[in-house]
Amino acid sequence: MIGAAGYTLFMLVLVAASVIEGSMPIFSFEGIGFFFGTDWNPVEGREAYGALPYVVGTLVSSAIAMAIGVPISLGIAVFISEISPPRFGTPIGFIIEILAAIPSIIYGLWALFVFRFWIVDFIERPLYEAFGGTIPLFARTPFGLDIFTAGIVLAIMIIPIISSISREILKAIPNSQREAAYSLGATRWETVWKVLFPYAKAGLLGAAILGLGRAVGETMLVTMVIGNAVGANAIPDTLFSPSQTLSSIIANEFNEAVTVFHSSALIALGAVLFILTMGINVGARLLVSRMVKVTPGAKE
Amino acid sequence: MNNIENNYHHNIDHRKVIQDAIVRQSYKRKIVNRVFTGVTIVCVMLAMIPLGSILFEVVKNGISAISIEFLTQPQGSIIRGGGGVGPAIQGTLLTVGYASLIGVPIGILAGVYLSEYAGNSKFAYTVRFFNSVMTGMPSIVIGIVGYIILVITIGSFNITAGAVALSIIMIPIVVAVTEETLKLVPNSIREAAHSLGIPKWKVTLFITLRSAKNGVLTGIVLAVSRVAGETAPLIMTILGTSLFFQGFVSPVDALPLRIWRFASQPYEHAHSFGWGAALVLIIMVLSLSILLRFLVLEKSFRLGSLVKTRG
Repeated sequence: MIGAAGYTLFMLVLVAASVIEGSMPIFSFEGIGFFFGTDWNPVEGREAYGALPYVVGTLVSSAIAMAIGVPISLGIAVFISEISPPRFGTPIGFIIEILAAIPSIIYGLWALFVFRFWIVDFIERPLYEAFGGTIPLFARTPFGLDIFTAGIVLAIMIIPIISSISREILKAIPNSQREAAYSLGATRWETVWKVLFPYAKAGLLGAAILGLGRAVGETMLVTMVIGNAVGANAIPDTLFSPSQTLSSIIANEFNEAVTVFHSSALIALGAVLFILTMGINVGARLLVSRMVKVTPGAKE
Repeated sequence: MNNIENNYHHNIDHRKVIQDAIVRQSYKRKIVNRVFTGVTIVCVMLAMIPLGSILFEVVKNGISAISIEFLTQPQGSIIRGGGGVGPAIQGTLLTVGYASLIGVPIGILAGVYLSEYAGNSKFAYTVRFFNSVMTGMPSIVIGIVGYIILVITIGSFNITAGAVALSIIMIPIVVAVTEETLKLVPNSIREAAHSLGIPKWKVTLFITLRSAKNGVLTGIVLAVSRVAGETAPLIMTILGTSLFFQGFVSPVDALPLRIWRFASQPYEHAHSFGWGAALVLIIMVLSLSILLRFLVLEKSFRLGSLVKTRG
């Protein structure tokens, strides 16, 4: 049994060792410059690999997802835990959980064949026509296969996880906090905004960061809608530019990688992703556990 | 003169001014409160739209592709279409089953250890912490593990690499849920068993685990439904093929992989097959989730009655 518990620790070591082992060849080839390079050329003899564009693509698409997903998730969590009576809240929670159970490949299929046209027609083209000439952020004819679409679909994907954890955290706040606020004459909005959110700050932040970890590591969905630019082109210059993330380029090119350096470069991108998500997850877990540790005694 | 009069009036109306301000203020606060309630409802609706649309589109576009041939035959010509996703369905069942054979026993043992034996030791804390960190590990990184350890050493894409990768995704989920459920079993039950002189392993196996059976099952179902839809780690482990299972050292197919390949082809019939495969996959995964829901409902009921008899 200790062996089984030890194995769960060992898995992490296994992951770390594999990505390090697999990325050795490219670091001996490119050196530390791999992290800052923007070229990407797998043709034998002219090989050059740089991770920077995909790090940028990952961060930008996740930032868009967070900007859209976090407020909506908090709204849902507040509605379920503070506003609606349980007979609505419970089924809504269930429906949101179904959203979490749908495999990301199906989100990708839907986004590629259905949702991306909605985004082009209802959001991107109006923005382009209104501001395309004046604001550089929108200055590109939108096709729907771009970093903005990827960000929105990622937001849809992370809403269930952020909202269900935030809901649990809001429910863990002792009722005395709410009663105190209401007895002072606070409205529901004031109670939520000035009492509950500050009280649960750390936990809610942790929930958001867990969602960020999911967005950063998500693969299939992003691969299907981000447009799959390569090299320096993958650094988005507008919201409507195609881009590429760390995980999507691995998924796209892994089976086509024939040279040692090419597959090693892809695995090294996996190593970068590993470090990025480890940092995000460790931070989030520490925040959430600090919050949840308070709850058992405080719950009434 | 005029100025003084104004001041005078101002002083007279002071109380009324404050009252007006309070009324205005509370009116404003009520409006803000209403707007806020409305915004949260809009948030809920925004989250419902994708779910509705996904289910609608998958059923609408997928149902026409489904036939006996589609469910049982291998893929026909890429250009002309025909055939089905038989190997993909078989491959998903085999790979996920194989992964469960590896992941479920390890996950349950580790969960039992954490809840019943480890207490609050430093080791247990470390395992718990990194276990929860592992639940957030991107699946494509886990795919690299399968590739490095099992694909390169064996020399070909194979089902074992896929199953090991999927089991690494499953184990943290099973561990966490098993531990949480075992902790819900009241201590009085364990104490009663111990007071009868039953050895600890028998108490754990036949009494604690048995009363937490549904919770443990929940963890398994959750983990299975999570990995059944995984695509990324399969790209680098089982690769995908249009053939049925050929043995443990050759590539196998899987539904999520097949959906991805269909979607990247430029042919209308391939897209239709992609939707069909998505419908099959979504039925598999959602029926597991609904099963899960029933398990959870029954669990809370049973645990509730346990607690009630206790006191």
